[in-house]
Amino acid sequence: MLPTLAAFAAFFIVPFIMGIYLSFNKFTTVSNAEWIGFGNYAKAFSNSDFLRALGFTSLFTVVSVITVNLFAFLLALALTSAVRGKNVFRTIFFMPNLIGGIVLGYIWNLIINGVLANFGVDISYSAKYGFWGLVVLTNWQLIGYMMVIYIAGLQNIPRDLHEAAEIDGATRFQTLKNVTVPMLMSSITICTFLTLTNSFKLFDQNLALTAGAPARKTAMLALDIYNTFYGRAGWQGVGQAKAVIFFLIVALIAFAQLKITSSREVES
Amino acid sequence: MELSRKKRLSSLLFVVLVLLAALFLVPILIVFLNSFKTKFSIMGSPFKLPTKETFAGFENYVSGVKSAGIAGAFGRSLFITVLSVLVLALLTSMTAWYLVRVKSSVSRLLYNTFLFSMIVPFQMVMYTMTFVVTKLKFNNPVGIIFVYLGFGAGLSVFMLSGFVKSIPLELEEAAEIDGCNPVQKFFMIVFPILKPTAITVTILNAMWIWNDYLLPYLILGTGNKTLPVAIQIAMQGAYGAVNWGGFMAMLVLAILPIIVFYLFCQRYIIEGVIAGAVKG
Repeated sequence: MLPTLAAFAAFFIVPFIMGIYLSFNKFTTVSNAEWIGFGNYAKAFSNSDFLRALGFTSLFTVVSVITVNLFAFLLALALTSAVRGKNVFRTIFFMPNLIGGIVLGYIWNLIINGVLANFGVDISYSAKYGFWGLVVLTNWQLIGYMMVIYIAGLQNIPRDLHEAAEIDGATRFQTLKNVTVPMLMSSITICTFLTLTNSFKLFDQNLALTAGAPARKTAMLALDIYNTFYGRAGWQGVGQAKAVIFFLIVALIAFAQLKITSSREVES
Repeated sequence: MELSRKKRLSSLLFVVLVLLAALFLVPILIVFLNSFKTKFSIMGSPFKLPTKETFAGFENYVSGVKSAGIAGAFGRSLFITVLSVLVLALLTSMTAWYLVRVKSSVSRLLYNTFLFSMIVPFQMVMYTMTFVVTKLKFNNPVGIIFVYLGFGAGLSVFMLSGFVKSIPLELEEAAEIDGCNPVQKFFMIVFPILKPTAITVTILNAMWIWNDYLLPYLILGTGNKTLPVAIQIAMQGAYGAVNWGGFMAMLVLAILPIIVFYLFCQRYIIEGVIAGAVKG
């Protein structure tokens, strides 16, 4: 009990409060902080790298959330039908999720560069390659995980509902639209939330796959914050301000998710 | 008629799934195959199978392990992961038990702070946390275990307290009447009941800590590198002279243990994912 509280206080609560305080200061080491009000925030919002990272991250997140959930849902439907070898397929589709972000990034770096070598370029040639590379990587990593959650959700739908729909003469598509999807709403909310926060906070994969190349055009928010802290002397305060903004966006997403989930729970 | 159509549809689906499964496995397979090729035959033609000229045997494993200090990094990763998950499982079980059983405004506030910590992105605290850790001299392979205790407490306490609530109070009262002190009560009654959830929590934590890159990089630096840090350094620190063969061997060494672990504990991992999703 006490060691947990001590560790939690020392390595989370104290740094969190210090972080908020320091975002209003100019500093190069924590001890020479000097209060400057909202100056860091003004700098952050006028920093083109930050704004570009925000745009890149948002676009990437939207594309990933849609593709990951669509593929994961389709695979879950396939693996809950009467097909052979379900367990083997589930094992294989889930596997990429176990591999760490840095390793994932280098695996795809090798593959994508191997393909692009045929055209005489590599992944740092255009931001488009980096963007779609990250989308493919994220899909490969997360589809299996979300699929497992969707399968659990599908197995929880009572059989009689599908039978009733069949007796009423519903087509397969009608059953899917009017029975399966509404009954699966809680799984859909959870998976959307998980892909949303995972994509938005992506760091390791981004660092290993492109490291922001070309010219920081593929740097996502987390990587941009890291670069501001450790790559630019005197900008630590701006890095901390960016981190606070980043935290507020993530908190907003989480809060919205909580609201949606609880309102759905009232309905059912 | 209807039945045969269904059968045909199902075999078609089977074929599609086999192709997709192959697509999922190919990236891992490519790394594996390339780890047996000579270092100059990897970049540019990663999709070619090893031939007589390009087959390197275990040479990459020998050179990779030697040059990048991978053996040390592997051992360090193992040490940190195993001890962190054990400490987390034991101490956060106690914390969860205490927070659920002692009903006060302080315990409620603490519980909510643990929940809150789960949504805070690492970048928010990474700079100040590194500062505190260095000041307190926890920046070594033993100290980092307590840093992981602090960072992992949120999810672990959250999942475990959901389960503590379902333990009947009568059991604990009976133990008290039989003369158990709180410590005995925890180890003889509460912890054995919590075990399945503790295993789930442990697996989720193990996957996170084994693969974690930024936290050990910031705290331990390049002197005490873990496996993910060693991989990143081998790639970035080499300035153009990357030993691709050795690098492929390193990737295989990072992937292999966790896949073997997965094949043995698959049931628990999948259950952990589902439990985590329902609670989260």
